[in-house]
Amino acid sequence: MSMPEALRRVTGTAWELPVSYKEGMRVPARIYGTEKLVREMDDAVYDQVTNVATLPGVTKYALCMPDGHFGYGFPIGGVAAMDIDKGGVISPGGIGFDINCGMRLVKTGLSVGEVMPRLKELVDRLFEAVPAGVGSTGFLKLSKQEFRQVVEQGAEWCVRKGYGWKEDLELTEDSGCTPGADASAVSERAVDRGFNQIGTLGSGNHYLEVQVVREEHIFDQGLAKAFGLVPGQVVVMFHCGSRGFGHQVATDYLQLFLKVMEGKYGIRVLDRELACAPYESPEGSAYFAAMKGALNMSFANRQMILHRVREVFSRVFGLPAERLGIHMVYDVAHNTAKLERHRVDGEERMLLVHRKGATRAFGPGMGELPERYKQIGQPVIIGGSMETGSYLLVGTEGGRETFFSAPHGSGRTMSRAKARKQWQGKGLQRDMEARGIYVRTASWSGLAEEAGGAYKDIDEVVAAAELAGIARRVVRFIPLGNIKG
Amino acid sequence: MAYRYLEELATADIAFEATGEDLERVFVAACDATMNVMVEDLQSIEPRERRAIELKNREADMLLFDLLQELIYYKDAEQLLLRVEEIRITEGEGGYLLRASAAGEKLDPGRHEQRADVKAVTLHRFGLQKTDGLWKALVILDI
Repeated sequence: MSMPEALRRVTGTAWELPVSYKEGMRVPARIYGTEKLVREMDDAVYDQVTNVATLPGVTKYALCMPDGHFGYGFPIGGVAAMDIDKGGVISPGGIGFDINCGMRLVKTGLSVGEVMPRLKELVDRLFEAVPAGVGSTGFLKLSKQEFRQVVEQGAEWCVRKGYGWKEDLELTEDSGCTPGADASAVSERAVDRGFNQIGTLGSGNHYLEVQVVREEHIFDQGLAKAFGLVPGQVVVMFHCGSRGFGHQVATDYLQLFLKVMEGKYGIRVLDRELACAPYESPEGSAYFAAMKGALNMSFANRQMILHRVREVFSRVFGLPAERLGIHMVYDVAHNTAKLERHRVDGEERMLLVHRKGATRAFGPGMGELPERYKQIGQPVIIGGSMETGSYLLVGTEGGRETFFSAPHGSGRTMSRAKARKQWQGKGLQRDMEARGIYVRTASWSGLAEEAGGAYKDIDEVVAAAELAGIARRVVRFIPLGNIKG
Repeated sequence: MAYRYLEELATADIAFEATGEDLERVFVAACDATMNVMVEDLQSIEPRERRAIELKNREADMLLFDLLQELIYYKDAEQLLLRVEEIRITEGEGGYLLRASAAGEKLDPGRHEQRADVKAVTLHRFGLQKTDGLWKALVILDI
């Protein structure tokens, strides 16, 4: 890992590679991070972010967030906004295979003192209620036709059927249902892969975690209060996406774009995984509509999981979920493309903002925010490893420079194979329990691979985002219990 | 071993190289490597159900891509862990035709020790080549 010679530091946390760095670059590449983070970024990040800078319609910069690491096409942590009025493209590599992989943060009215005596029971029951692991299927039994309705209606479908509260939708990005999703734009294979998977976590770095707010981890008292977070409070955070459905949608359209990209649209890319089509093309529109279907399916997935969380808490603590105060804080997507209006060089532009392993982070006053957050900004949920905990931040006006985008997690630094050599699943579980974190997993090797030491320092990533002015820390959460696939 | 994992090639995911003396053997090796990412011990998969697979592609490498995607499909759509039992690949005017029979069973958490769920086959450095009489496939899986 070494920084390219041409990399220039433009501010404390913004680094640039000029258009002269690689032939075909239309804009500079900008990488955000402290010197330590940028120094440790793998070489592929520089290669990939500068490849992104060659895509048609890319505006201002090809960006990489402080948690950036090697991905397919775009680096993970990659952000690029395409001007759809200037032939801007849509690229599945800028969204990811796991469309709308995202995070949901849920608060409870329970204190750590109330939860700790029943933590094991709570985590064990959550492990039963929220299936995780290879090819896992959920408790919701849907026909393929019903699944297609979910694809078009998202979390709204779930709430209408009694699997949630109306307020849950208000507190989800896109209100839990992105308009314009089209079930006819997705393949039968995608439906086959996903229709049984609503309400499941998946595996790898997906998880559901019970966490606590400690007094010393509240960075902004006013904002914490505005989000309803107080010292000693127990919260739940979960990280998962669109499962086999989204993965197949991404695969299908990557294949389609590879077939039409050059011959039909004269577009050449430096990496097959950057295969794309003009946003304003039949193929581009079809993918956008299918992608939105996957966004919706993932919102529905997390809505069903929230429903199961409420059921489990209610059973364990013997009170209805309403009495236990199990309310959402917010739900963010971090693998998406969104059509957004942004001011660029004094001009209003309609941009298709690709965020891959990056979270939208709208600042105060921005129209799309729920009423209760309009004055304070959008909650930004950034997940750390299962040993270190996670963060809640808030979007700021300074986010303008990254099209209001922020990091999504801490990013891996160590390969899965190396992590498996260094840690052993059962031993790690025992270690963590001795440190007060009770974890249940569907895969022992998977657990070893997710050890905290395999990840970047989340504190550093979040500090970098704050220093760059793109988000502000509110609260840090410490893990108490965790379920993994 | 007909396949080996390339441990430092992908930080967040899994890369492998499969080899074989002919297309059929390298394809089977790649299938096993993919299944072995998901399940610790391939021998624990019993041949209780069968699926016939027929695929066509102009290019041999994309035929392999399609076959691996087929296994991932069955894993999600039917929760089936499959191993290729018989396979025949013929080359004709339009490209390649693959006919295979895969056998396996539904994932049983009690008997199959799980590793990681495979989301997709990526095209990153994806390749199939014959060198000195030996076929080699390089595949990176998104997990």
